[in-house]
Amino acid sequence: MSETAKMRVFRGDTESGDWQDYEVEVEEGQVVLDVIHRIQATQAPDLAVRWNCKAGKCGSCSAEINGEPRLMCMTRMNLFEVGEQITVAPMKTWPLIRDLVTDVSFNYEVAKTIPAFKPREPEADGTYRMMQEDVERGQEFRKCIECFLCQNVCHVIRDHPENKPEFAGPRFFVRLAELEMHPLDTEDRLELARKDAGVGYCNITKCCTEVCPEEIHITDNAIIPLKERVADRYFDPIRWLGSKIFSRR
Amino acid sequence: MVDYERHDYDVIVIGAGGAGLRAAIEASAQGARTALICKSLLGKAHTVMAEGGIAAALGNVWPQDNWEVHFRDTMRGGKMLNNWRMAQLHAQEAPDRVRELEEWGALFDRTGDGRILQRDFGGHRYARLAHVGDRTGLELIRTLQQHAVHNGIDVFMECTVSRLLKDGNRVSGAVAYWRESGNLLVFNAKSVVLATGGIGKAFAVTSNSWEYTGDGHALAYWAGAELIDMECVQFHPTGMVWPPSVRGILVTEGVRGDGGTLRNSDDKRFMFDYIPDFFRAETADTIEEADGWYEDKENNRRTPDLLPRDEVARAINAEVKAGRGSPHGGVFLDIASRRSTDYIRRRLPSMYHQFKQLADVDITAQPMEVGPTMHYIMGGIRVEADTAATTVPGLFAAGECAGGMHGANRLGGNSLSDLVVFGRRAGLGAAQDAAAQVTGPEADDAQVEEIFAEMRAPFGREDGEGPYDIQRDLQETMNSLVGIIRTEHELLQAREQIDALKQRATNVSVYGHQQYNPGWHLAMDLQALLTVSEATARAANIREESRGGHTRDDYPGPNDTDWGTRNVVISQGVDGAMEVSTSPLPEMPAELKELFEE
Amino acid sequence: MAQAVASPLQSGFLATLRQDRWWVEPALVFGSLSLFFGWLTISIFMDFGPIGHYKVEGTHFLTPVYEPTWLSAINADWEGAWYLSPAFIVLVGPVPFRATCYYYRRAYYRSYFLSPPACAVGDLGKSYKGESAFPLIMQNVHRYIMYVALVFVPLLWIGAIRSFHVPGEGWGFGVGSALLILNAFLLMMYTFSCHSLRHFIGGGLNCFSCTAFTRARKRVWDYVSIWNESHRFWAWSSLLGIVLVDVYIRLVANEHITDPNTWSHF
Ligand SMILES: Cc1cc2nc3c(=O)[nH]c(=O)nc-3n(C[C@H](O)[C@H](O)[C@H](O)COP(=O)(O)OP(=O)(O)OC[C@H]3O[C@@H](n4cnc5c(N)ncnc54)[C@H](O)[C@@H]3O)c2cc1C
Ligand code: SF4
Ligand code: SF4
Ligand code: FES
Repeated sequence: MSETAKMRVFRGDTESGDWQDYEVEVEEGQVVLDVIHRIQATQAPDLAVRWNCKAGKCGSCSAEINGEPRLMCMTRMNLFEVGEQITVAPMKTWPLIRDLVTDVSFNYEVAKTIPAFKPREPEADGTYRMMQEDVERGQEFRKCIECFLCQNVCHVIRDHPENKPEFAGPRFFVRLAELEMHPLDTEDRLELARKDAGVGYCNITKCCTEVCPEEIHITDNAIIPLKERVADRYFDPIRWLGSKIFSRR
Repeated sequence: MVDYERHDYDVIVIGAGGAGLRAAIEASAQGARTALICKSLLGKAHTVMAEGGIAAALGNVWPQDNWEVHFRDTMRGGKMLNNWRMAQLHAQEAPDRVRELEEWGALFDRTGDGRILQRDFGGHRYARLAHVGDRTGLELIRTLQQHAVHNGIDVFMECTVSRLLKDGNRVSGAVAYWRESGNLLVFNAKSVVLATGGIGKAFAVTSNSWEYTGDGHALAYWAGAELIDMECVQFHPTGMVWPPSVRGILVTEGVRGDGGTLRNSDDKRFMFDYIPDFFRAETADTIEEADGWYEDKENNRRTPDLLPRDEVARAINAEVKAGRGSPHGGVFLDIASRRSTDYIRRRLPSMYHQFKQLADVDITAQPMEVGPTMHYIMGGIRVEADTAATTVPGLFAAGECAGGMHGANRLGGNSLSDLVVFGRRAGLGAAQDAAAQVTGPEADDAQVEEIFAEMRAPFGREDGEGPYDIQRDLQETMNSLVGIIRTEHELLQAREQIDALKQRATNVSVYGHQQYNPGWHLAMDLQALLTVSEATARAANIREESRGGHTRDDYPGPNDTDWGTRNVVISQGVDGAMEVSTSPLPEMPAELKELFEE
Repeated sequence: MAQAVASPLQSGFLATLRQDRWWVEPALVFGSLSLFFGWLTISIFMDFGPIGHYKVEGTHFLTPVYEPTWLSAINADWEGAWYLSPAFIVLVGPVPFRATCYYYRRAYYRSYFLSPPACAVGDLGKSYKGESAFPLIMQNVHRYIMYVALVFVPLLWIGAIRSFHVPGEGWGFGVGSALLILNAFLLMMYTFSCHSLRHFIGGGLNCFSCTAFTRARKRVWDYVSIWNESHRFWAWSSLLGIVLVDVYIRLVANEHITDPNTWSHF
């Protein structure tokens, strides 16, 4: 069984760009990335696209399909009506390199600013003990495949690029939450979360959670808990007073 | 003279998977100025796809486990073709490397008393694989990546190395290009670590990604290094078979480790019919015993579903050939009827996801369809066990691109541990070697210029052939003629076809410009692909026996007294042609030999 | 480094490539929130007109909007000024609780502030500081209001239970009273599924297993976490609940309908 799909793909580079229409054969079970590859192999050998695993594990093939941020390799063609025109565009929030490939270096720069994990002393036998219930929250966050779809969809920087220097973005709130909740970690990153990472910019409108292919509950489990921890420290005089009194013990 | 960037380092590490990252961390910790170069973005390397776990005799679940048992399992799994010293170092050091990952922030699944949990895997006597659900590779690469960014390592992402540079007989650097801009770079380095992974893209059905074009193998070979065991290719028994576009994508062995069983179209657990003599003593021969083994390893022998991969892959192949396969040409892998929905979703979340999204199959309710897929190359660059030094001065190799550690067949979980054990040793070796060099290497402009010209040649050819067709034909050739079951006749045919493809590749042409041009990238990758394919076909042709991942229909059994004592060695002759020879396996010391006398 | 180009990926208010009906959700939310909160605002002041009675005299059959009744106890003469209402008590707890609730924030930032109206659709406004600057930084008070809102949970339960007892007639059963119980339950679930409460109970801990106390907190946290996943459901159902119960009780109190019950009083 094969059908013809109407694909509208963005082609362009730093100077100019426009939509290009392609008609492509589609076989049963194929995903958008297969179709892009077919275009590459048969009609446009220089069509630039980033991908690696083709199994939703590496987070390379992020794009906007019919305007919705998704992984191309996990978007099956049977999601669309037969004959429907399908647009494939690069992620909007990052500078374009070419066609479907964008410059995601922003994210690698932010990653560098997050202080490393700093474990406490191990047990007498040189190893650590952690209980499953204590690592579970962190394990959810560590499912992140760094597809940067959440970063891309977040209106704080998507619609307001000028916020980029002050805002780390949902992926890195996930990372901060992971480190903050790590049972062994001794570093304090709340000041960073509030100031440099700008967790306050987030208005919990949850688009990050909607697009996350790993189904991480970014807002409920990472951002809101981070906001609450920041509130503990900076916006809660009762706790502040309590900690002043009790730390004198 | 064309414009290019020039960089000077003590150590450059090519490849940012588990092995490359660990090597770079170590080299930089030793004080070497270190660069890390990778073809894709940082954190996207193949290692990210590893699922089941990392093997280390921590003894957390089975206190009886120790490095000697692990060593023995590894050697037996590798059909004794392994470099014993590598297998020994690996078994001894893996536990420390795993604990080190935890110290760097990894969150492995836990035992009831808070230690690292270990799971069962094929060929491992005890539950030995530390893991995080079924995304252990992601945990490994992210941990290393996050550790590395704070270590002052310079990372060059989406930057592909095309050739190594030499200064006399010593490696002196590398020539590379940015994928993004197509601009060229030259690295001068006192020593170079190769950690580029495998060669899966030489085959049509593979669990590997586009990156696996055998670059490291080829770079080393062109630079004069020796490759060993290139005939030893692992076909993983369980890849997806349907839908066609996902054919080959891996289904982790963890499915069987957690209780899944293989069945044919008669609903029979056929693995009981395929227990080889070599493993008969340690394998269950009744369903009761096999099922009892998951809970009680003292009184039951291991289920045949978890025989080493080569055995299981051949069995599936035979079932399908005998007409007892599943509708889409695989066999059934069933965990739905054996474990609760909750258990499956907790233990195998990404498998659940993968089947649900890609095949519309709910693995908690239906069986999966699976069949063999090219997965791993045991063979690779010949290295010295302790330092990971290759046969070329200044050149080191670790991870999947290095050979010897896994012999003729790799056990599941032994690769991730291999990466960190020998990644570290390679980083150490390279840093020490660099420190011993008083002067930096001289740049040789003529050499650089020549390489640049070769790289850009496809743009000049007006009426040549596009690279995609050549790659596809090569993949078909390798899959059908150098695949899971081989014969002399087909191997000779394969060599002829590869020669013809090499000819076609000299006339490959690409269209467009140098900026992010996948056609051009593939045209360059083809050189490496053709080289490793030829090496595999030739090595397979010469080894006249069946051993591990290398199965010859015309020589069905192993020949322990002859081929069992030799490695097949590939190197480039002075005339540029490929040479095949053999060399004796290193002799195992008596105290280790004793481990096998049971 | 690459520069952005004039791509077809336009920026600006409502710019999007989405082809689905993304505007349905914000439109529905806008309509429903306006309707429900509009009604409640009216209800607070409405002690006149055809459904002006918010309570059946001589009983505790009282609309939950006016619960608890302390304010009228302090000043019995509310009728004097139309702009004063015994229902002002809701301004201390329930109203600010909902106004700063993490779910309602999502709902109204999207549907009223259009910031953004839907995912991958351009948001309204030139510059954006979100909750990092005044006034929205004040949303951080949510936790205090949560403490106050917690007090309302038993008060509403007490009110609901008292409605089963009619002075002079004793205990009985009626549909209206059952609705008050349902209302108290929904409001309780809404409060108990609050994100700030979840944090207070156990979310702030880094080690659940360390002491008997943290283990106990973890057990409660597990429950709150489950409820929290449906915080949106509780937010809507409790809002709808209070509006419907308010209307029902007013209809009964103003004798437009009769409440099926076991008493003869009303
Ligand atoms: C689906 C799957 C599941 C697996 N599961 C397991 C498992 O559970 N347990 C286990 O132990 N093993 C497993 N393996 C095997 C294991 O993951 C790999 O063997 C291992 O990750 C290889 O690591 P590496 O560091 O050698 O190379 P990789 O992680 O593949 O990294 C190669 C790096 O080299 C770079 N590179 C390549 N060529 C060039 C070039 N020319 N220039 C610059 N850079 C270059 C790439 O960009 C990449 O960064 C699995 C493999 C697959 C495919
Ligand atoms: S919830 Fe916050 S971080 Fe997530 S997309 Fe919305 S504004 Fe951005
Ligand atoms: S949190 Fe989710 S959406 Fe964001 S980068 Fe990670 S996997 Fe992608
Ligand atoms: S290619 Fe890896 S996530 Fe799509």
